[in-house]
Amino acid sequence: MASSQIIILAILVTSVATFISRFMGALTSEKVSVNSKIFQWFNCVAYSTLAALLGRMIVFPAGVLADSDLIIRLIVLVSCIALFIMTKKNLVIPTIISAVLLGILTNF
Amino acid sequence: MINLKVFLTGLQSLKGSRSPAIPLAACFIALGALLKDAGFNIQQSAASSLFTYALPGQLVMAESLLVGASIINIFIAVWLVNFRLYPMTVSLFPLLDHKSQPKWKYYLSCHFLAVTSWLIAKDGYKKIDKKHRIDFWIGIGIGTWSTAILMTVIGYLSADYLNKEMLIGLAIVNPVYFFCMMIGAMKNLSISIAVIGGTVLGPAIYLFSTEWALLFAGLIAGTIAFLFEGKNGK
Repeated sequence: MASSQIIILAILVTSVATFISRFMGALTSEKVSVNSKIFQWFNCVAYSTLAALLGRMIVFPAGVLADSDLIIRLIVLVSCIALFIMTKKNLVIPTIISAVLLGILTNF
Repeated sequence: MINLKVFLTGLQSLKGSRSPAIPLAACFIALGALLKDAGFNIQQSAASSLFTYALPGQLVMAESLLVGASIINIFIAVWLVNFRLYPMTVSLFPLLDHKSQPKWKYYLSCHFLAVTSWLIAKDGYKKIDKKHRIDFWIGIGIGTWSTAILMTVIGYLSADYLNKEMLIGLAIVNPVYFFCMMIGAMKNLSISIAVIGGTVLGPAIYLFSTEWALLFAGLIAGTIAFLFEGKNGK
């Protein structure tokens, strides 16, 4: 178990490491015009980096989610996306169903 | 100083059929429980969401502490996993830019940049008058950020009542929500290529490098998508 000083230091270090990327982004934004090619490129990279993170969260999850089966996670994801499209892009229903469905499929 | 009406419009994105409140609650409750496990007290748990407010980075921090990693290692691991916030900021803030708005608003509100708030802002900015978009963003940010902090505290307090099945259930909610939002954002070919390419490359590159996977997958898939857009003369 980490000591209190180490925890506080870890919180500080994590916050600084995170804020650097945000603040650099805000500074870079001042020089980037919405209609420029570079903006388009950043937009594509932002979406694909986010997608990469999500793909990793489903296929190689960290923490407790790793204890569920990959095939079950994929079934839940695909069903909930289908539900999202069927409900005309309602987000509340598929997110609630996802937890319930995962619970049911894991226990049977 | 801040256009209250636009600010409240941003804040109200927490309500309704597209509300991020449930996925935010699910993942930050799970985080609160995890932080308790990692030996944090309640103030430290709240402070983590207050000052970091980026879930993947907070997970990396908690897991690194549990295995006894050094502070330098935590810094590098968090920086790598949260570096995505850089291209995300650059692909959002120019849309919110207006010369009549003071710079401090942008410098401070960049702290609210996280996946949830970014997706909501990208989805809704067009409906807001250009001059006040930053206030719309601050509204979204305050709403999602304060929800995250509150839920971290609730998660910490309810840790003893959450069994493993419930935590697994909570953990799936967030990626499902994000995926739905991304599918909703796939309105043109280049974004669709970026999303599909990233989803495939992220886990694929992770097999070779756990730390650099996000960065490489994002750069490669994003650049391919960008070139595709250029080719189609859009």
